[in-house]
Amino acid sequence: MMPDLGKYTEAVLSSYALSLLLLGLLVVLSLWRGRKVRSEMEQTELRISRDG
Amino acid sequence: MSIATKANAIWQYANPKKFLATTERVLPFFWISAAICLAVGLVWGFFFTPDDFRQGSTVKIIYLHVPSALMAINCWLMMLVTSLVWLVRRHHVSALAARAAAPIGVVMTLIALITGAIWGQPMWGTWWAWDPRLTSFLILFLFYLGYIALWEAIEDPDTAADLTSVLCLVGSVFAILSRYAVNFWNQGLHQGASVMRAGAVTGTDTTEKVSNVFFYPLFLCIIGFVLLFIALVLYRTGTEIRARRIRALLARERAGA
Repeated sequence: MMPDLGKYTEAVLSSYALSLLLLGLLVVLSLWRGRKVRSEMEQTELRISRDG
Repeated sequence: MSIATKANAIWQYANPKKFLATTERVLPFFWISAAICLAVGLVWGFFFTPDDFRQGSTVKIIYLHVPSALMAINCWLMMLVTSLVWLVRRHHVSALAARAAAPIGVVMTLIALITGAIWGQPMWGTWWAWDPRLTSFLILFLFYLGYIALWEAIEDPDTAADLTSVLCLVGSVFAILSRYAVNFWNQGLHQGASVMRAGAVTGTDTTEKVSNVFFYPLFLCIIGFVLLFIALVLYRTGTEIRARRIRALLARERAGA
């Protein structure tokens, strides 16, 4: 299934590995921060409404 | 509905609540369609396209290099538009959208630079050359870093939005240069446009362009990168809006205490 990349195997595979790693990190960190901030906002709103 | 009324309808999204409600609804579509386009485009390009007669299997790098470079430039142009909206109309959502887009631009620029270097080494015999396009891309990358640093360095968000918007206007010169530098600076290693050229499609321009066997999966990858960019910008802008609300709530609480 794996195509024969010949003498450029290292170049092609490292390009894909690094790019997909960077894109994956960007998506995961964005989602992680998004969830963290959303829960912080909900807690802050709850605390402020409770404390009046 | 008249055109003016339709155009004015866009300003309703300057309301953070309206923006968040709309993005919650449309985000699943963008995430899923981006994943499908990228998966199909990359698998097609990597496994089911032949080697190029000159570049061998390194041509497969095109499916990452071209879309990321395209998005690196267009991300800055999107930031330019939202920065102008902030400067003219003072809508906070537009300033926050520009802030949210910058890290995406950094990653896209980095991918374009890394894959370009890896591709350049076997084709040109060097990882790097001070070629007009490469150099303007490196400067664009530095502008992205400077833009993010400026947002982080200034405490007052409105002042930060003002200064980063001005920086964005200045950096736009390099975003445009990185696209068109090869057209008016003839020295350098990087080739001119061989993918997105209107003349090549209509037949008026007969110079070499990328073959259809590579173009179709590449086009799918470009669509995938665009959809991923939209999904990330919408999601990250929502995060910035919520972070701003937390700061506002805490400031109000401190003022009332």
